[in-house]
Amino acid sequence: MQQLSPDTTSKATETWSHPHDNPLRSFMLTNRAALGSLAVFLAMLMIFTIANPAVFTSWTLYASVLTTLPVAIFLTVPLVFIVTVGEIDLSFPATMGCAAWAFALVVQAGYEPMLGFAAALLTGAILGAFVGALVVYANLSSLIATLGMNFVLRGLILIFTEGKSISLASLTDNWVLKVFSSEIYGVPAQIYWAIAFTIFSMFLYTRHRFGVHIHIVGDNPDSASQMGINVNRVRVGAFVFVGIGAAFAGVFSTMINFTWWPTSGDGYLLPVLASVFVGGTPTWGGIGTALGGAIGALTVSFIQTGIVGAGLSGFYVQFFNGLIIILSLLGHRWNQIRYR
Amino acid sequence: MTERLIELRDIRKSYGNVYALGGVSLHVDKGEVVGLLGDNGAGKSTLIKILAGAVRPTDGEILIRDKTVNGWNAARSREAGIETVFQDRALAVQQSIVRNIFMGNEQGNWLGFLDLKHEVAEASRLMREIGFTSKVFTPNSIVGQLSGGERQGVAIARAIYKQADLIILDEPTTALSLTETAKVFHFVRQVRASGRSILFIGHNIHHVYDIADRFVVLDRGKVALQVSRDKVGSAEDLIHFMELVAHPETNAKPAPNTSPKHKKGAA
Repeated sequence: MQQLSPDTTSKATETWSHPHDNPLRSFMLTNRAALGSLAVFLAMLMIFTIANPAVFTSWTLYASVLTTLPVAIFLTVPLVFIVTVGEIDLSFPATMGCAAWAFALVVQAGYEPMLGFAAALLTGAILGAFVGALVVYANLSSLIATLGMNFVLRGLILIFTEGKSISLASLTDNWVLKVFSSEIYGVPAQIYWAIAFTIFSMFLYTRHRFGVHIHIVGDNPDSASQMGINVNRVRVGAFVFVGIGAAFAGVFSTMINFTWWPTSGDGYLLPVLASVFVGGTPTWGGIGTALGGAIGALTVSFIQTGIVGAGLSGFYVQFFNGLIIILSLLGHRWNQIRYR
Repeated sequence: MTERLIELRDIRKSYGNVYALGGVSLHVDKGEVVGLLGDNGAGKSTLIKILAGAVRPTDGEILIRDKTVNGWNAARSREAGIETVFQDRALAVQQSIVRNIFMGNEQGNWLGFLDLKHEVAEASRLMREIGFTSKVFTPNSIVGQLSGGERQGVAIARAIYKQADLIILDEPTTALSLTETAKVFHFVRQVRASGRSILFIGHNIHHVYDIADRFVVLDRGKVALQVSRDKVGSAEDLIHFMELVAHPETNAKPAPNTSPKHKKGAA
């Protein structure tokens, strides 16, 4: 008869002592990726400050970054969800343009801007659902299909507007602008909303059924459907969330200039995509960090301002952009283990 | 007398002209570990799928706690408290143990937000129940850090959370080392001690012999032997019987549904 080795498990005590018991270590472990991207940002800031102390200790530089950063955050954080679920969405710049267009049309027609805001969110959600359904139910490659949708939607904007922008001068003395796009205690109001959005997304990402399902579907879709999770609905949900984020970004960017441009959102495709990965979300799905995504957006938004502020000419921007992306990817590679 | 949990009577399944199961009768009592043995193609997988409700039997009767269940399907199977832990265990390895235990069953408040503290407490209670405890991991540990046997424990804990009365383990010890197999056996014994039943399917006769209270040997869609453990002298007897079944030219193949009184099949 076969003699079994003794049960090592039965001797295990019922009291656990583990890194997770220490709140600080637990925090460090679970937010390792986000902290890594924060370290990247701080290192970059330090180098800039050493290069040009006068510029980087004055507030004006930061204030200008804080005005445009929220737009990038509204785009980047939902994109973390879609990368985690194992897909990608390259149609968000055009979705942003379309949602902002809806906002501009409603405001131009003389309605309450808040109504325009709602119309923009609805447009973003519907476009997200459409793109998501196209990818998920027609079983298309999300990389190619969403790239195509980006061109289609942008093309529709250009066809209908014939490239003309919409000026929204009536916005200037509206309460909506004061709430969303003024200065509160000397800090651009947008940043408060971006922070609120990031915190909400963090909870959604780790403590809500939706975010938890996003993780599981991105990790192992077969297991997820075996356990009764509607995998397709979760995937479409991620696209809808990207659409809503793009709508926020569109409205906020329109409120900065009081003008909607047909090209609204176009310049965000690559920087935002880079922000997700600089923020510490890996490409393979199943894990990621919403907070890291926001920090990644901060890093990428800061590079351009930072390089010019450090006294280098604009020709250096692209080089340093790429350098920081590659270096932070190398850092995350070392920091994150992929379990299979 | 022991309580009868599930009974199959003369279950048949055919795919066209091919019989996968040609009249299988077996039962599982409460708090019992039944070892299901059989060669490739003997009909083990079909039987599991029928129990899980994924496949409808062509003919036959299924009784849950001595009551016939009509219209057997996946939902009925779940209602009856049958949970299958498949070979691949259906785990998301980059997620924590908690997330895997509650996978698809996350209990949120009305807004859908989860009570993580409550989930961790519930998960550690379930893990303790099956003796799945250790100093090196907690319910928050990532499943990818666990060994093969421990991953089996996560899948079993999940089945327990779903109020399973009968857990079907599909070759849980295949490709596991001795120590890992011992861990799985430890979980199985704890589950049995809690009054639940297990259908343990295996290729390795030694493993099945060590853990099961009763053995059922399937051969080409029929039950070749049903015998309780105390009637079998050793794993070698079982292996001997399996060899006889596998080579019918030795003229020793017994009739289906051999009564448990047979010490060996080679009667």
